[in-house]
Amino acid sequence: MSAGTDPELHAHGDEHGHGSRKSYLLGFALSAVLTLIPFWLVMTRPGVGATAIVLIVILLAIVQILVHTVSFLHVTTTGEGGWTLLAYTFTGVLLLITIIGSLWIMYHLNSNMMPGMGATSEANSTL
Amino acid sequence: MTATTVTAAAPLAGVDRDTFHLIEQDGHDGGHSSPVLLGFWIYLMSDALLFAALFATYGVLSTSYAGGPAPRDIFELPLVAINTAILLVSSITYGFSMLAMEEGRTKTVLLWLAVTALLGISFVSVELFEFSKLIAEGATPQRSGFLSGFFTLVGTHGLHVTVGIVWIGLMMVQIGQKGLNRINKRRLLCLSMFWHFLDVVWIGVFTFVYLLGMMR
Repeated sequence: MSAGTDPELHAHGDEHGHGSRKSYLLGFALSAVLTLIPFWLVMTRPGVGATAIVLIVILLAIVQILVHTVSFLHVTTTGEGGWTLLAYTFTGVLLLITIIGSLWIMYHLNSNMMPGMGATSEANSTL
Repeated sequence: MTATTVTAAAPLAGVDRDTFHLIEQDGHDGGHSSPVLLGFWIYLMSDALLFAALFATYGVLSTSYAGGPAPRDIFELPLVAINTAILLVSSITYGFSMLAMEEGRTKTVLLWLAVTALLGISFVSVELFEFSKLIAEGATPQRSGFLSGFFTLVGTHGLHVTVGIVWIGLMMVQIGQKGLNRINKRRLLCLSMFWHFLDVVWIGVFTFVYLLGMMR
């Protein structure tokens, strides 16, 4: 990377900006495959169990988000002195806490406080 | 540190926006290049948290049908697949525009920006078509908690894409008038992050709303 050698080019030097044609095309090809597989799985339901499909679809989404992050958003350990990666990781943690935490709390709230169930401990003991 | 501050403060009276980033040119702390880009990145991360709240809300409400339609009854995956393809292609056409910007080819930048904007418009059009179809079928946002969450989440993403399209239009005017100067390059980089970020959010939408919705 040549950042810092030429003041004119400094600010938007290679390390933040643009990636190469190759990295864009590679990211695009990977994303296309990572999109086709989950759509194909859900639309055709080949002889795989529903739980397996759900897990594969979630896994592929996570992989695709990482592919986009590296090849399109150019978040790397060196970009912006590592600050983008730090903010990204921090946001990722908050995001997981928000989503998984909400689902977890509301799942238990729904399970324990169905109308008519009352607050009896017998009703809850099945959990 | 003091020296840096002094040299940066000296021309402040007659500062134009090109020299605004003088202070960053000494390349300290290993390539932290522009406060604008990092600041915009922080904004995107806060936007991601906004989407996290909407995803969480949708997740909590996603099975509250209130006797109304379930995802399987109303979602059309071919339509979603088309939209996903459009957004994915628009990501790489924007990438091509950034590569052309690096090479200083103004016309090519404008061409790829126009293609990206058209793809964005197609995306929003397909989404509006889907929404109007749902509403015509009676699957309105008021119908159930699931539909409220659905329209809020997907609609917020669509609104972001719309803002992105307007922004692309403004950048095309700016580049047409002022060319690829440093300010416009910086703006294009911010817009690049915005556009690719929306694609990342869409991965979450098509996975957790549409695909997993159909599996329920």
